[in-house]
Order: sequence, then structure tokens, then C-alpha cells
Amino acid sequence: MIKDLRLAVKLVLFILSAAAVIFGSAFGYNYYCSRRTVLKNVETQAHYLTLAMAYHIESELRAVEQVPTGLAGILERGTPSTDEINDLLKDAVARNPQLFGCAVACEPGVFTSAVPRYAHYAYRDKQQQVATTDLLYEYATKDWYQIPREMRQPVWSEPYYDDGGGDILMCTYSVPFFHNVDGRREVAGVVTADISLTWLQRTVAEVRVYETGYAFLISQCGVIVTHPRREFIMRESVFSIAESAGDPQLREIGRQMINGAQGFLCFRDFLTEQKAWLYFAPLPAIKWSLGVKFSEDELFADVRRLNRQVLLIGVLGFSVLALVIAFFSETITRPLRFLARTTREIAKGNLDVDIPTTGAGDEIGQLSTSFRGMQEALKEYISNLAQATAARERVESELKIAHTIQMSFLPKKFPPFPEKSEFEIYATLEPAKEVGGDLYDFFLLDEDHLFFTVGDVSGKGVPAALFMAVTKTLMKGVAESRLSPAGVLAKVNQELAVDNDSMMFTTVFCGLLNYRTGLLQFSNAGHNPPLIMRPNGVEWLTLPPGVVLGVDTGAEYRTAEMQLRPGDVLLVYTDGITEATNAASQLYSDAALLQTATGLLPVLSPEKLVAAIMTVVKRFEENVPAADDKTVLALRFLGPPGT
Amino acid sequence: MKLVFWLFILGCAWGGVALCDDASPELSTVTFVPQWIPQAQFAGYYVAAERGLYEHEGLRVQIVKGGPESPPSVLLAEGKAQFGTFFLSDAIRRRAKGVRLVNIAQVVQRSALVLIARKSSGINVPQDLQGKRVSLWGGEFEVQPKAFFSKYQLQVCTVPQGTTVNLFLRGGVDAASGMWYNEYHLVLNAGLDLDELTVFFLADHGLNFPEDGIYCQEETLRRQPDACAAFVRASLAGWEYAFQHPEEALTIVMKRADEAATGTNLSHQRWMLSRMQDIIVPGGGACPSGALREEDYQRVAEELRRNDLIDQVPAFTDFYRAQLRHD
Repeated sequence: MIKDLRLAVKLVLFILSAAAVIFGSAFGYNYYCSRRTVLKNVETQAHYLTLAMAYHIESELRAVEQVPTGLAGILERGTPSTDEINDLLKDAVARNPQLFGCAVACEPGVFTSAVPRYAHYAYRDKQQQVATTDLLYEYATKDWYQIPREMRQPVWSEPYYDDGGGDILMCTYSVPFFHNVDGRREVAGVVTADISLTWLQRTVAEVRVYETGYAFLISQCGVIVTHPRREFIMRESVFSIAESAGDPQLREIGRQMINGAQGFLCFRDFLTEQKAWLYFAPLPAIKWSLGVKFSEDELFADVRRLNRQVLLIGVLGFSVLALVIAFFSETITRPLRFLARTTREIAKGNLDVDIPTTGAGDEIGQLSTSFRGMQEALKEYISNLAQATAARERVESELKIAHTIQMSFLPKKFPPFPEKSEFEIYATLEPAKEVGGDLYDFFLLDEDHLFFTVGDVSGKGVPAALFMAVTKTLMKGVAESRLSPAGVLAKVNQELAVDNDSMMFTTVFCGLLNYRTGLLQFSNAGHNPPLIMRPNGVEWLTLPPGVVLGVDTGAEYRTAEMQLRPGDVLLVYTDGITEATNAASQLYSDAALLQTATGLLPVLSPEKLVAAIMTVVKRFEENVPAADDKTVLALRFLGPPGT
Repeated sequence: MKLVFWLFILGCAWGGVALCDDASPELSTVTFVPQWIPQAQFAGYYVAAERGLYEHEGLRVQIVKGGPESPPSVLLAEGKAQFGTFFLSDAIRRRAKGVRLVNIAQVVQRSALVLIARKSSGINVPQDLQGKRVSLWGGEFEVQPKAFFSKYQLQVCTVPQGTTVNLFLRGGVDAASGMWYNEYHLVLNAGLDLDELTVFFLADHGLNFPEDGIYCQEETLRRQPDACAAFVRASLAGWEYAFQHPEEALTIVMKRADEAATGTNLSHQRWMLSRMQDIIVPGGGACPSGALREEDYQRVAEELRRNDLIDQVPAFTDFYRAQLRHD
């Protein structure tokens, strides 16, 4: 896919992706770090804020705790009269302006034997005057009495609204006091101090963090004591809100808070339903928990603004980078693309298209120059090639003509002498090139004699063919002057060797058969020994020595004789047969020829013999082109008619 | 625009007044007092009132606030209310003491009373309560837990329980009594998780005491039998409607609760309404039967007698005067 894109597009794509990765990583890391720093700062800030607030609240509450604790001490040590206790209560309320009321409630029989049991309450009335009253209701199961009594320790109550039906949030600190009964410390009663929590609500409500951040307070049971949403106060608990919102995380936070834990975590604000951060810490005295909520949006407003700016700069930079890369890659690849188009034209064969010059000395310029050079070279090469091809075609056509001429020299009419029944002759020549250097010939000299010859000119092609034509013509001319075969060879040799500047030569075997008697006279000029095939076997013909024609003007040749019997076959050939080569560079060899010839006995006719040998040799060569001309001549002596 | 709006309001008000005037001669006015403060425990009655189901039955019903300061027993005795709800055990006690109360419909069929214990106190099965501190509500509320303790032969240190579960929450007792639809949920919403608690449903231990029923004085039934039947029909229809339209019912309940400043919240009332459906229609569905089965009556009465809360069991036929025909 990417492979097929244009170079410029690829460049832009790769560089921009790399830049995007680098920028993205830097941006992400920066965001992560600044976020962490902000969170750390906020946590510290929240920590000190809650610490200060908790300290403030604690000191107020501790001061309140002093009053009933002191009273409980007095009630444990002595047995004051009920009037004295009443005075103590009034005094305590009068002296402690933060107190709303103060009570002593006793177990039956303590301080008085009267029924109902003694319980007295001093409080601040609407005119801020201290008033007192007996508590006449059944308080044994009231939390403010029962819990410290059963737990035998001072407790802060859950917050509650004052009895007056107002919305003054109250809280009671209850301290049990003990009397010794039969040696055991038994709870004798409870001293309480009621305080208004209005100041506490105000203190917490005044906390503002950024625009929408706030503080809230929950009681020991998770009840919302202060919260910006007034309808939550004293009605909802952190757990009921979690239940309504289906938010198990909030419930877990609530459990941590009421268990006195301290923490800083991310949560879904139940007021705005947005992501927010919460810091919470306990108020140990009263076992309540103070939470400070930060809106995530506000917390990270600065970081996000900065990020937006960085992002904007990034995007701008990116665009500029993209433009620059696009421009440069376009500039770089334009000549390349032009070059590509031009070379496509050249590839189509249009060598005359103009290759542009960039003028630049860079790689592109060099490439253009190289291409122009190549174009010139190609043009020249192609024009040369055209000339050479034309020349070769001319030569080839001439060679064809030469071949035709050469072949026309050779006797091709078979059987050549149908009226002669004393012998049969057949020959074939297969040139390795269009024209070859082999020759064969036969003709009747008179009523008794057949002259035949087989030769092989050194080299191949036109010069060999010309030399062959000369040799053949000479042989025929000289043979007609009735010389012996050796005489013919000597004469022809003289003619050829004179002025033989090209130093060509030829081997020749020639014979003169008296076909009436079967006497065969033959001579040899460096030619391969022919085979004599007789019904009982094949053997090499023993040749008289003689050098090749055309080398030594004074060379001498001798004539040998042998008597042929009817049925004998003389097989003359050139070295194109025995030196035929196959693909494995093995020669056909004399031995193989001898074996083949033996296998072909008895000879049916010279024509079939020649064809069979040619077939065998060609099969040996397989498809390797022949390196030399092949000539085979077979002469069968049949004897005079009637024999 | 504003003028049009006020004219519209005025028109509505006048129309309403006119309607009341027209209807008033046929409507008989009665007062109903539930035994406790406004909450979803009485959703059916508030819904019946709000949806006009009582008017539909020819009754104009005024619902007054119950609770410790104005209990139905007092209001009915003083003639300030004609109908009220009582726990079955409470009503039997009063009947045995000579109060001429009659049950005209048994709304809650299944006891919601539970004992809530902390697992951290080592309480997992009833036997684990042996020797533990358990806070119990007084009076007839003690009957079921005490029968439960004697069933499992437990010696338990009982502590009187007030109106809150704070003593339990602070760890002052190992277990506390509570209603499934109320305290149970309050405990959960005070931050205790269910897996930290062991809850004994007393109804599951052969102690099913049907709870809220509709009661009136025998005299009322004798004089206004049609009103009694109409009140029962409309009330049960109110419950059915409440179960079918819980969110609407909760809105009505929350309005009443806010007026009485009970300091409750919606999620608690939602829980309560849902549990009320479980105990009013234990078999599932939304249609309350309103019937009191004699075996339930005998079980509760016998248990009261065994605890010396009553001397003898009042006759079932005197006590229960069904106002609905059950085929």
C-alpha cells in the first residue's frame, strides 16, 4: 500500500509520523508531569487546609468536653444534693457561652430516692437566660444517655436538630460517671453538654477551593453534616447518596472516611457528577470526617490551558513542517518524476525525447547527466547495431547464395549412373555453416573407370568454400588427363601450393575404380583412412603416406592398389564424422565409427548406409551444433553384370 | 403573561372549591392515623389519598401524623381518628386488655422483624447469640425475639433499645432488633457492608407475626360499615397503585415526610417501599390480599399469652372482621 505511494507523499508521511510520535511523547510526558505536580501541590494544600480546620474544630470541641468531664468528676467524688447539682449546671452553662445546655441524668436511686429518678437540665432560653428544668421523659433508651452508659465511656452523639423545631444543628457530649456499688464501679448517671453546631457548619461552609470546590463534614454514621446542597444536610448519608447514584466507589470512600482514614483520591462528584478529587481527614475527637472536594476541571484548568497552547503551537508547527517537507520533497522529486516520465518514453523506444537539465550539481543533476549520456550511447549503439545488422544480413544472404553455388558443384543426382550396374555410389555433405570446406566428387573417366574423391579444406565458411571449389575444379580437370591418383594429387598440389598466401590446405582421398575388374587405385593427401566393408567384416584401408594439398609444392604422393570383390563397400568420410562432439565434449571417434559400420553389415545399398551413419552420428551429437562439415561417400562394387 | 397565569390559578382554585362544595354532601369525612411517622411503610394510604381513591369510594380521608406523640391507640380511643394501623401483636394485646379494637384488614402478611448482628462479634448462626448483648425494642416487639431465643435455648443479655440503632453502630451491643424495611437499611447506609452482618429474619424461624393491619373501634364498624369497607378497598387499591407506580408513590411519600421533617431520604424510602411489597404481597405481584389468616392470628396470640403479655386469646371472629370478600 505504502509501497505504491509517491516518493513525496512517503517522505511527508514518514517524517510527519516520526515528528508526531516525538511531539506526542513530549506532550504526554509534559502533561503527566504537570498534572502530577498540580496534584501534589493540591494534596499538600488540602492537607494543611483540613489540618488547620480540624485543629480549630478539635480545640473548640475539646473545650466543650472539659465541662461535663469536670462535672462528672465532681459527681463521682461526692454526693451533692440535687439543689447543688442544679446550681452546678446553671453555673456551667452561664460560664461557658459555647454551651447550649447541660444536663445531669441519673440511674434510679442516685442522688434521690424519689420517683422519677433525678435528671436535671440547664439551658439557654430564647432570651439567652439560663433556665433549668427537670427531665421528666423516659431517657434511658435515648442515645445521649444509653450509649455512654452501655459503653462506659464519653461519646459525642450523632448530630440532631434542636427540639425547638428550629434548624439549629446540635450535638451532645455525654460523659458517664460512676459510683462504687458493692465494690464495683457502676454507672450512676451521665453528664451531658449540648452545643450548637452552627459555628461548625459555618466554618466548613466558608471553605472555598477555586470556584466550585468545597468542604463537607460527615458524622460517624456517614450522615452529611455540612454540604453546599442544604437538602443533603442531616437527610442523606454518603452511603445513601452512593446508593442513589449506584456508585460503589463513593460507598467505599464513605467507609474509609467513617473509619478515620485519611486520603486523596479521584472520584465522581455526587453533586456535579463530574470527575473530581477528594481529600479527607478525620476529626479524631468527634470521630467525624472532613472532606475537601476539588473540581478536576478547575484543578487542571491551568495545565489544560497550557496544554491547549502547546497543542496549538504543535499543530501550527506541524502544519509548517508539513508544508516545508511537502515543498522540498516536491522540489526534489519533480525532476525525478520528469526523468521517470522521460525514461519511460525512452523505454518505449523514443530516443529523441529531451532529457531535462536541472542545472543543479546534486545527485539528481548527476542522474540527469548520466541519463543523457546513456541516451546518447543508446542512440549510437542502436545506429551501429542497425548498420551491423544490415551488413550481417547482406553477408548472410550472400552466404546463402554461396551455399547454393557450392552445393551445385557437387553431384546430387542419385543414382548418378543408372545404366551402370557394376557399382553403386552415394554421397552426402552436410555443411556446419552456410558454406563448408568439405567436398566430394565422382565421375566416369571412360567405359571402365570411375574417379571419386573426398576432401576437407582447412577452416570453414566462404574462404574454405572457395578453396574447396578450386580444389574440386582442379581435381576434375587434372583427373581427366588420365593421371594416376597420386599423379592427380601431385598435380593439384602444385597448383594449390603456388601463391597460396592464405596458407589454406586440404586433405583429399581419391580413388580410381576399374569397375569391370574391381581394381581400385587410390592415393591419399592427409585424409582419414576410409573403411572397407566386406560381408565378413570391416577394416581400415591402409593408405599410402601423403601430406595435405596446398602446403608444399614439391610434395610427393603414391598410389596404392587393392582388388575389390563384388559386394565390397568402400566408405570414405571426413573428420566431421569421427570428430563429432556431444554435449559432454566427447568425440565420436574412429572406434565408434568402426563399430557402427560393423553393425550395419550387410550393406543393403550405399544410400541407406550413408543415411544410417549420418543418423547415428547426429543422434550422438544430440542437439549440439556441428563444429565441422560432415561428408560420407559409400561405393559398392557389384562386379561385372552377370557375376 | 403573568396575569394569564394568575387567572388560570384562580380559575383552578375556584373550580376546586366548587367541586368540593358539590361533592361534600355525599362524602363522609374520616381521619386515619398510621402508627408511625410518614414513611413508605404507609405509602398505600398516602397514595390513596393523593390519587383520590378514597374520594372515589365516597370518603374524605384526613391522614394525621402518627408516632410516639400521637399513637393510633390514643387517637382512636379519643375519637380523634376513626382508622389506624397497628401491629397485629399490639392490637391483640389491646383487645385482650378490653379495648374494642377490630381488625378490618390485615395488610402486612409477613413479619419484617430482624435481628441484626455483627459477624465481627462472632455471630453467624442463632447459637452464636449465646451470652451476647442484644438490644431489643420493648413490649410486643420483644415477643418474637424472646420466642426465637427460647427456640434455640439461648441465654442472651438484653438491653432496651430506643428508636435508633446508634448503640449497635457504635459497638455498644452485638446485635439489635430492626425492621427489614427500615433499620436494616439504615445500618447498611451507616457504612456497614452486608458481608459484615448476620441477619436473622424471625419469620424464617417459624415466628412469622404479620404486622400492619387496619383497625377501628367496634363502634365505628357498627355505625359506618360502608365507610369501613370503603376505607379498606381504597387503601388496598392505594397499595396496589403504589407498587405499580413506585416512583410516583415515592414522590407522594417524600412530600409527606418533608412536611413532617422526618429527615429521611429518597433512597431509604425506595428501599422501604420495595420491602413493603415483599411483606405485603409475599408471593409476588402488586395486589394485597388484606386477609388475616386464623393460623397467623393464633400463632401470634399464643406467643403473647406464653409471654404473659395477655391472659387469654381473644376470639378470632370478634377480632377480625373482614371487609373484603375473598372468593
